[in-house]
Amino acid sequence: MSQVRVSTTVNGDAVEYLCDADETLLDVLRDRLGLTGAKEGCGTGDCGACSVTVDGRLVCSCLVLGAEAEGRKIGTVEGIAQGDKLHPLQKKFLEHAALQCGICTPGFLVAAKALLDHNPNPTETEIRFGLAGNLCRCTGYDKIVRAVQAAAAEMRKG
Amino acid sequence: MPLDPNLDPASHKFNVVGTRPVRPDGIDKVTGRAKFGADAVAPGMLHGAILRSPHAHARIKSIDVSKAAKLPGVKAIVTRDDFKEREPSLRDILWNVMARDKVFYDGHAVAAVAATSASIARKALKLIKVDYQVLPHVTDVDEAMKPGAPLLHDDMITAGVDPAPKKSSNVAYRHEFGRGDVEQGFKQADVIVERRFKTEATHQGYIEPHACLANVGPDGQGELWVCTQGHYMIRNTCAALLGMNVAKLRVTPSEIGGGFGGKTTVFIEPVALALSRKANRPVKLVMSREEVFRATGPTAASSMDIKIGVRKDGRITAAQADIRFTGGPFVGSLVDMGAMSAFAAYDLENSKAVGHDVVSNRPKLAAYRAPSAPMVAFGVESVLDELARKIGMDPIDFRLKNAAKEGTQSSYGPKYNRIGLIECLEAAKRHPNYTAPLGPNQGRGMAAGFWFNFGGQTAVSLNVHIDGTVALTVGTVDIGGSRASMCQIAAEELGVSYEVVRTVTADTSSLGYNDITEGSRTTFSTGMATIEAARDCIGKLCGRAAKIWGIPPEAVVWEKGYAKPAGANAGNFEPLSLADIAKQAATTGGPIAGHSEINAEGAGVSFAVHLCDAEVDKETGRALVKRYTVIQDAGKAIHPSYVEGQYQGGAAQGIGWAINEGYIYGKDGRLQNPGFLDYRVPVCSDLPMIDTVIVEVPNPGHPYGVRGVGETSIVPPLAAVANAISAAAGVRLTEIPMSPPVVLKAIESNGRAK
Amino acid sequence: MRYEAPTSINAAVKLLGGKGLAKVLGGGTDLLVQMKTDRIAPDLLVDVKRIPGMRDIAAKGGGFRIGAAVSGAELGEHKALKKAWPGVVEAANLIGSHQIQGRATIVGNLCNASPAADSVPALVAAGAIAVVAGPKGKRNVAVEKVGTAPGKTSLKKGEIVEAVLLPKRPPKSGDAYLRFIPRTEMDIAVVGVGVNLTLDAKGVCTAARVSLGAVAAQVLLVPEAAKALIGTKVDAAALDKLAAVCSAACRPIDDKRGTKEFRIKVAGVLARRAAAIALKRAKGK
Repeated sequence: MSQVRVSTTVNGDAVEYLCDADETLLDVLRDRLGLTGAKEGCGTGDCGACSVTVDGRLVCSCLVLGAEAEGRKIGTVEGIAQGDKLHPLQKKFLEHAALQCGICTPGFLVAAKALLDHNPNPTETEIRFGLAGNLCRCTGYDKIVRAVQAAAAEMRKG
Repeated sequence: MPLDPNLDPASHKFNVVGTRPVRPDGIDKVTGRAKFGADAVAPGMLHGAILRSPHAHARIKSIDVSKAAKLPGVKAIVTRDDFKEREPSLRDILWNVMARDKVFYDGHAVAAVAATSASIARKALKLIKVDYQVLPHVTDVDEAMKPGAPLLHDDMITAGVDPAPKKSSNVAYRHEFGRGDVEQGFKQADVIVERRFKTEATHQGYIEPHACLANVGPDGQGELWVCTQGHYMIRNTCAALLGMNVAKLRVTPSEIGGGFGGKTTVFIEPVALALSRKANRPVKLVMSREEVFRATGPTAASSMDIKIGVRKDGRITAAQADIRFTGGPFVGSLVDMGAMSAFAAYDLENSKAVGHDVVSNRPKLAAYRAPSAPMVAFGVESVLDELARKIGMDPIDFRLKNAAKEGTQSSYGPKYNRIGLIECLEAAKRHPNYTAPLGPNQGRGMAAGFWFNFGGQTAVSLNVHIDGTVALTVGTVDIGGSRASMCQIAAEELGVSYEVVRTVTADTSSLGYNDITEGSRTTFSTGMATIEAARDCIGKLCGRAAKIWGIPPEAVVWEKGYAKPAGANAGNFEPLSLADIAKQAATTGGPIAGHSEINAEGAGVSFAVHLCDAEVDKETGRALVKRYTVIQDAGKAIHPSYVEGQYQGGAAQGIGWAINEGYIYGKDGRLQNPGFLDYRVPVCSDLPMIDTVIVEVPNPGHPYGVRGVGETSIVPPLAAVANAISAAAGVRLTEIPMSPPVVLKAIESNGRAK
Repeated sequence: MRYEAPTSINAAVKLLGGKGLAKVLGGGTDLLVQMKTDRIAPDLLVDVKRIPGMRDIAAKGGGFRIGAAVSGAELGEHKALKKAWPGVVEAANLIGSHQIQGRATIVGNLCNASPAADSVPALVAAGAIAVVAGPKGKRNVAVEKVGTAPGKTSLKKGEIVEAVLLPKRPPKSGDAYLRFIPRTEMDIAVVGVGVNLTLDAKGVCTAARVSLGAVAAQVLLVPEAAKALIGTKVDAAALDKLAAVCSAACRPIDDKRGTKEFRIKVAGVLARRAAAIALKRAKGK
């Protein structure tokens, strides 16, 4: 197995690593870069717990190769807060009890942020379909949708 | 610890209990910092991988690991030869952790390796040669009971039958519960409905696969980091299986990414420890999603015949259930709990519930949120729905006519204390979801549900720090937000604010034994222990104040966070806060702490009523839930947001179970859908908002009246959804999941029958 | 295994023609799953996303040229494409979640050759053409001729689909794609139907293409179904005939996603519904 040398940007920081050709971006983030926020829930793109953004585009990092990150901008949950200032989504998730066990929360935050960055005023249906790629087994999604609605409202106020 | 006689939870003004503060583990969980099972690493760590049977039923003739052992990077291999049968009571667990003579299901563990990388470990598995003698298999519960079915155990003689059968079979146990005379009861009925129901096995579907990091040294001391609902159970079970000294194994629970009962036993942990011990290096073992579905603990699959008779005025005269569960290859499908819960919501003179515990070639079941009750409630509440229609009675009025209440002799034994079923039924009747108009192709269903709830062994330690802040150390894993609730309870008792208390779940070396976080026991038991520990601490704080003031301890009272002289006679002293007293701890007797080590009793049963509006596309059979309401008795809601969360989560799981989730077995006995693509849990767009009503009928067995809430919410949905779909489709559904082909077939058969 | 990211189509063709098993890496949403579940073990992955033109959508000959590495999300954001071919775009946008959409490509969907591929019936109904580049040069292939059996295509070693062409749209044309899944998202199609039709000034259907997915070993183009629509005003009687023809054309299997009877019945139901949507779009509504 030959290794690939990759130069990329993660949450705004320049990063370099060596990875196996068949290593996923998820494996690289978790095992080589110590960014364990993205989780492996299924490994096959069905649960969204590994969600990250690549050049602003929401993807499942378990279905992206570490090698493909070359020259791209990767965004993970660890980059959502600005220092000690939580993003409105993070605040609303906490206020609305939109997490119980919390394993799906990083993926939901990345996906919800991508959704709101694209569509700042989504309807309930748009939120539900926009987040259909993120499984939650604890909450039944009700409080998650309410938290996203509340965050969107706060973000629109500016 | 009973309801505080000076405290009427209905009118008592709590300061912190009943509010909705942000949970203490919140920031970590929204920033990705929280550490779950697979997030730990250790220097020199190896990667473990498990080889699993591709056959549903086979004898293992031999296992040859020689080639795998030679692969560079492989540091340890374990098979059945590495696990001595030490403890008869753990035999089934051991046989499940690693197959011995036979493999009993597709995915059964056969061997394991630890290697320097995950890919080397996977390569090594491919080099292990297992010689199987494939045997005929059976996965269906009714098929497994038929004479001539493939036998899993040559020596299985059905227990609970007198005289005992002479021939072995796949029926491990027969249970019976009930009272009165059902034959007579049916004679008194004006209308009788009898139906057969079938439900397929489902999985808890937690998003986090099982994961652990084991570290065992040659001196027998070990550390285990693991996602689990019960780290003390893990410690005790693994120590017993590996012949380790219990005190020498320290288990630290990680944050857990969902359990719902599926993480209340061991699967990979003894294997990881055995590999680590052999290699003398840390071993990380993480299950893949496919392994989770094939080889952890789904529910039982069921088949049941329910027969209920009523008089025209709505009184049930007799209720009977014959329930058949299969939960894998060993006894313990929990059909006894199913039989006990079947008629628990009703005041019946004549009831009979028989449960058959049947083995089959499926993975060994584990609990799933009120295990056994959802399936049986599906059958019973569907028949009740049909009876209500037949006698022209409103379904809620029909339940009210027969509802159990305080003093009712339950169908499974005990007499009920104060319970909240009637309050839930009345709240349901008043709820807008019950009377809102329905659209085309829509139907409405309701169902009631019951769960026992449990107490259990609990130990808690409450320490006061020098600045007056409080460290609460508990031994129950937080799976739903209980740390927040414990902070609230401690703050309430001590008379301080929520922010002053920090709750930590400790490892097994730090506290006495704590039972698993299951049975909806945490807020009840750990809460009770926290109250006791806080009151113990208050006694000590008052004693210290007394010392400082030079007055007798009886002359000191605790009020709103301060020690105060009991009256003018006690002396004129300024009140002392926690910080004031703690600063002087060294000179007044040392560290200040309160303790509780209990076996919590008095858990109150809880009831729920669910309302469901469903829409059916009659041309395709596809059903969607359009509106859903959960009404459940919590006794006393410590943190209402997290109580609502339990209601909504259980309902969502029940909806998934009702409509699209289910294990699909091929003719070869192999699981065909071991992944989230074809094991179809509800996605965000599948569900509406789930409304909740928290009913509070205090549990007389708890100081604040708390009842467990985590499980009851999954009991009514199968029936509520089935009753709604049956109403919308115009035909009674009796098979779960009610997937589109099933619903379409029922609609078409009904159309032809007309 | 090796990973290469060539920057020209000729370099990609050369790499794919070399020794061993070489696979194209576009969105990777099928390939990586197959690698992880041990269904495939390539010696070389050829990432085509850095080849100029592969990620472009361009107007061409009155129609469109869609580069092979264009993601579903990018298709959904292209206003002109959505306006001309709403059925193709909605079909592509049904594949998986938003996360999958961020990566998945219609060319990958086509070349993966699953009978249940969502974008393929819409592409077949649209009369799309695959532009194939290979060691011997370029050739055009009708998309319905690309998939030959589950997981198999008519491409030779070293060949790669570099783009998909959508033809110029006659006026009063509309297309639609519907699929049946048990949930509301995330499932593989149990049945998929793509309908593309053109009306004349009087509202009579003059041309039509109907394609069925997930009901046979490959995606089907059903000429008899088109005949049921052509010459009619796509009224109730025509829709009944369409439904019956589509049901009859199915050669489905029983599997974990649906039974034979279910697929046969639902193919007819969806054909009727998809044709109604295509009709509405053709009328400009």
